[in-house]
Amino acid sequence: MHIPDGFLDAKTAITSAVLAGGGVGVALSQVRRHLVRRKVPLLGLAAAFIFAAQMLNFPVMGGTSGHLIGGVLAAVLLGPSAAVIALTCVLVVQCFLFADGGVTALGANVLNMAVIHPVIGYGIYRLIRHRLTGQRGMIVAAAFASWCATVLAAMVCAGELAFSGTISWGIAFPAMTNVHLLIGLGEGLITALVITAIARVRPELVAESLQPTIARRSGEFVGLGLLVALGLVIFVAPFACPWPDGLEKVAERFGVKSVATMLPAPLADYQVPGLKSAVATTAIAGAIGTIMALGLALLLARILVPKQTDETRFS
Amino acid sequence: MKHDFLDRYSRRDSLIHRQSAGLKLTGALVVVLVTVIMPRTAWTFFGVTGLILVGLAGLSRLPALFLLRRMLTLEPVVLGVAILSLLQPGGGVIFAGILAKGTLCLFTMILLANTTPFAALLAVLRRLRCPAILVTTLALMYRYLFVLVEETERMNRARRSRTFRRQRWWEWKTLAGVIGQLFVRSTERAERIYSAMCARGWK
Repeated sequence: MHIPDGFLDAKTAITSAVLAGGGVGVALSQVRRHLVRRKVPLLGLAAAFIFAAQMLNFPVMGGTSGHLIGGVLAAVLLGPSAAVIALTCVLVVQCFLFADGGVTALGANVLNMAVIHPVIGYGIYRLIRHRLTGQRGMIVAAAFASWCATVLAAMVCAGELAFSGTISWGIAFPAMTNVHLLIGLGEGLITALVITAIARVRPELVAESLQPTIARRSGEFVGLGLLVALGLVIFVAPFACPWPDGLEKVAERFGVKSVATMLPAPLADYQVPGLKSAVATTAIAGAIGTIMALGLALLLARILVPKQTDETRFS
Repeated sequence: MKHDFLDRYSRRDSLIHRQSAGLKLTGALVVVLVTVIMPRTAWTFFGVTGLILVGLAGLSRLPALFLLRRMLTLEPVVLGVAILSLLQPGGGVIFAGILAKGTLCLFTMILLANTTPFAALLAVLRRLRCPAILVTTLALMYRYLFVLVEETERMNRARRSRTFRRQRWWEWKTLAGVIGQLFVRSTERAERIYSAMCARGWK
């Protein structure tokens, strides 16, 4: 998902850099205020850990392999703000030391993988943890949150490419999303497995990040959440709504020159059944996929945690 | 162990290596920015920039084979995204344009990374008043990156020599165990580092 240089135009690069800068800024101020002094070295070590973990490849199907992104894993283990900083450092090092991911696309890459991935993932993780406790709940939450975060980050990535006019949304969106629906399953599985493994050896490392000060974290979370929402609104919403892009052609056919005048309301008069049903199909497929991923997460929790050991509560 | 596999050339000596990090960083950023902003059909500009970069690479006396291998490992990422643009109307020009831009920027960044020690780049960041916690995290990360990568490889080797079963599920579970163990060791190491930092009068 690392966007190289030359794929984003100036407006996309600047917009995403501003959003990413805002996200990192909020995270920095939170960490400066709340991080215990003894945990400062842990930030650096955690960043190095994520980098090393990303280097391990997992066998997928037919000889191909994938690797971890680690946003949700970091957010669960360190808390969302610390995760944002650790992942930002990973991306900066990958960019400047290994030329992996472009400099001008650094903002977009940070936004996708270091802000949206951990923040969305952590939000979903917390949401599920409120409902399901115990080790099973932890596994369901971690696996499902990783899947959602990965798919969402890929969607925003597609949005950024389309926003720059590099790859049209009609191609970028299915290509990125379909691939990441699968990659997300791998990410979810590995995140859940790693968290289970850590909980088995040092349960307090997993429990620690859950207990302290949910109220304190909620403030930081609102700030980060708002930035993520803004990113989604800018990069995904204009394409996901049924008017631009593919519709531009429709607009031209009907003699409407400017897309700006093509608001959703007049669309109803133009009657484009094919387009509308395409959007509906995507939405339905997305909903089914999400439910299936949740089902798989529940199944995974049942496989990994036998009934009797579920007594050990973590939160 | 080849744990310094990627930036072992950054501390060599040559005309380019001797330039200040700030200059090289600014230069690289300017080249990348201008390349990205240029229209997709600025072929003469791409050609001239490419020649200048090759000239600089020659001056830096980096092994050509090493540079080529770095380019080849990273080029598929550029190519993979660029290929998607072929699927749309008028995609040929867009494809060629992005490919040229991506390759030029990639080469610039590889040159920068291999002629400038990362610590020098961090010093530039610190001088630019980048938030202290970010610079500290980056510095610690860079310091322990190779330690952890080596540790990962050691654990992975131990795992491979002990697990003979070629079952996917089993492989995933043990690999997850390796990653989990790596995190546990990282936290323990972080605590030792904190004690060491305090003992030396940190802040």
